[in-house]
Order: sequence, then structure tokens, then C-alpha cells
Amino acid sequence: MSASDDRKAEPGGLNRPRPAVSASDDRKAETGGLNRPRPARAFLALLARDLRLALRHPTETLAAVMFFVLVAALFPFGVGPAPEILARLAPGALLASALLAALLPLDRLFGADAEDGSLDLLLLSGLPRAGIALAKALAHWITTGLPLIAATPIACAMLNLPVTAWGAALAALALATAFLSLLGTAGAALTLGARRGGLLLPLLVLPLAIPAVIFGAAAIEAAGAGLSPSPFLLLLGAGLSLALPLAPIAAGAALGED
Amino acid sequence: MLHAENLACLRGERVVFAGLSFALAPGEALLLTGANGAGKSTLLRLLAGLLRPAEGRVLWNGAADGDVPLRYLGHADALKPAFTAAENLGFAARLAGVPAVRVAAALAAMDLTPLALLPARALSSGQKRRLALARLALDGPGAVPLWLLDEPTTGLDAASVERLGALFAAHRAAGGMVIAATHLPLPLDAARELRL
Repeated sequence: MSASDDRKAEPGGLNRPRPAVSASDDRKAETGGLNRPRPARAFLALLARDLRLALRHPTETLAAVMFFVLVAALFPFGVGPAPEILARLAPGALLASALLAALLPLDRLFGADAEDGSLDLLLLSGLPRAGIALAKALAHWITTGLPLIAATPIACAMLNLPVTAWGAALAALALATAFLSLLGTAGAALTLGARRGGLLLPLLVLPLAIPAVIFGAAAIEAAGAGLSPSPFLLLLGAGLSLALPLAPIAAGAALGED
Repeated sequence: MLHAENLACLRGERVVFAGLSFALAPGEALLLTGANGAGKSTLLRLLAGLLRPAEGRVLWNGAADGDVPLRYLGHADALKPAFTAAENLGFAARLAGVPAVRVAAALAAMDLTPLALLPARALSSGQKRRLALARLALDGPGAVPLWLLDEPTTGLDAASVERLGALFAAHRAAGGMVIAATHLPLPLDAARELRL
């Protein structure tokens, strides 16, 4: 009886590999403490592993950054080099190219772990599935979103964005890429195992990212016109705080389906 | 004590198995045998909680809330090619909440100490399997009672199979249970067999 009471007291994921503790099983109770996975610890272990993997394979990060800069560089060729037209286009072009670049590595977010069997290890680690998704989203933002933000000044310069709007551009891209990391994690979990899931993923995620483009571009435009960008950034932040709990929960539910 | 009651599994529209019941007491081992596609791997995934049974339930010490303390080793080795053997095992230890000092002992248990600093991509398939099996040695014997193993000895040499046998024996002596799907003879004494 004590075993089932103990279980109820501590809610957790399915099949958390925790030794059953019962009065008749003192030996296991003694060794149990060592093997009880703490979700926070598993979360940090997963995050640290993904960051370390990204350091070992910097190509994905570099490819996303190069893609972002190249797409931004294509606009002047397309619309002509007239500075005022470019500056008019810059906010939307920045947001669109950054979100497209951030989509690139999403396809492998869960795919690599599913292929080599690591995903089973994660699912059985006692970390709730939403926690797995949150760690993945955070790792995606750190390895893709942050480098994109670092490259933003280059893209801003190529699009002739007024320097007064660069601060707003950095803030808008930081929020928009975080928003996309969360949405994209849910999309990646949903399309995991689907044939050609990599093609489905942008179709699923990009329409949902439209609010981020609208408010992000509006913030940059406002700053360029000498107005305060903060109302738009706050709306973007509101979207992010909505996605922060919802997207990992949706991704976690999708990961449970085999 | 593990009880499987009247388990059934569907894959698509096909019944893989149905009406499957068995019990496993501490210290026991169960071999799952049967032709390819008989549902051995499916049963292991179902017991691990990675799949939901279409019918029936799995009871652990009489409770059916799916909270079974277990280690699962699937077909894939779950190794990251870019990480060294020690790093791969260190991640598994941190994920499971096992102190990092156990990594060296686990490597030694499968005779991987000389390969500890090699990236997993440089290991042969048998060595990768040994590294995956070394995860079982991270916990003390019997600390995580249920081991679910899918073809654990694929690609292993005779000496490694012997080492695995020692790992199994210590685990079972401490009250652990082993369920393994296999086509090859496994180093498990007095194992029961479940033919699917």
C-alpha cells in the first residue's frame, strides 16, 4: 500500500524508472535514492547535451546564419538598390529571412534522436514529455536564435535599415525567434515519423508565425520612424508567453504518440 | 513482481499478439523468442511504456499505473557519434541521476576502458553494442529492477557475451529481472522462454 501512496504523492511522467519503495523491500529503498531521476537534472542534462552536440557540429548553426544573411542580401538585387525603398522593405524582410533561417534545423530537432534510439532513452528518463520539448526548444533557440541575433546588424546594414531602428530590430528578432523555436518544436514533434515530415513542417509552422512577423516588423518600423517600438514588442512578448507553456505541452502530447 | 495480463497489440489493422499473460518474480529471466515480426520488440516497447497496449495491462507489484522502474535497450544503441564513449555514458548517467563516478566502473564492466576517449563514430558495431550495454552497469546490481533488452548480444564477441553474463548474474542475484528478445543463445541461467 505504501508504494501506491508514495506514487500518488509524486506526480510524474509515464514509466518514470523509479524503484518501487515498499515496506517489504528495504534493500531497494536504500539504493533507490541514487537512481531517482530528478526532472530538473534530466532537463539540464538534455540541454547541455544538445548544446555540446551543436558545438561539435557547428555546420547547422553556420548554415542557418549564412542563409539569413544571404536571403537579406537578395532583397537589394530584387528591388533595386534605391536606399529609401530598401529601408521601407527592411523590417519585413528581416523578420521573414530570420524565421526562414530558424526553420532550417528544426527538421532534425527530434529526428536525429528518434533515429539513433536516444528518444526512447529520453522518454523513459522520468523527464515529463513537455519538459523534453522545452529543453529542445531552448536548445534550438540558443543554437539558432542567438547566432541569428548576432548576425542581425549585418543584415540590417545590407537592407539599409536606419541605425536608430537597430536596437528594436535586435529585440524583435530575439522575441520572434524564441516564438518560432517554441512553435517549431511543436511542429517538429507533430511531424516526427511522418513521411517527408521536413516538407510538412514549414507549412505547419509558418502560418502560425504570422503574428510574430506583423508585430516584429511593426516594432522595427515604429523605431525607424522615431516612435516607441515597445507596444509592438510587448504584444510579441505576450505571444511568446502564451507559446511558452502551450507549445511544449502540445509537443509533449505529440511525442507520446507512436 | 511484474504481471502482464491479457496483453494485445495492434499494428495498423493487424493483430501482432493477443491474450498474452505472464508473471515475472525478482531474480527471474524471461526470453522472448519467435519468428521475425512475431512481436518481440513490440512487446518490449509495450512493457517499457513506449507503446500503449490495445488491450490488457501491465502490473508492477500489483499496481497498474504504468510506473515501472526499468532500463530499456532497444535495437538502436542510442549513442551520439560525435561524443566519446565516456561522454555518451556520462550523459546516460546524468539523465538517470546516477553519480558520474560510476561511468568508469560501467566502462570497465564491458571492457571499454581503453576506448573511453574514442568518439562513438570510430567504434565498431560490436563495440557500440557493448557501450549501449554498459548503460545497464551504471546502476548498482538490481537497483533498477527490470531490464528490457532487445537482441542484446547482436554483434558481440564471445568474451563480451561472458561479461554480459556476469552483469546479468549480479543483477538477478540482487533481485533484478531480465526480459530479453533474442534469436541467439543468451548467457542467462534458468531463463524461462516465452514463444510469441
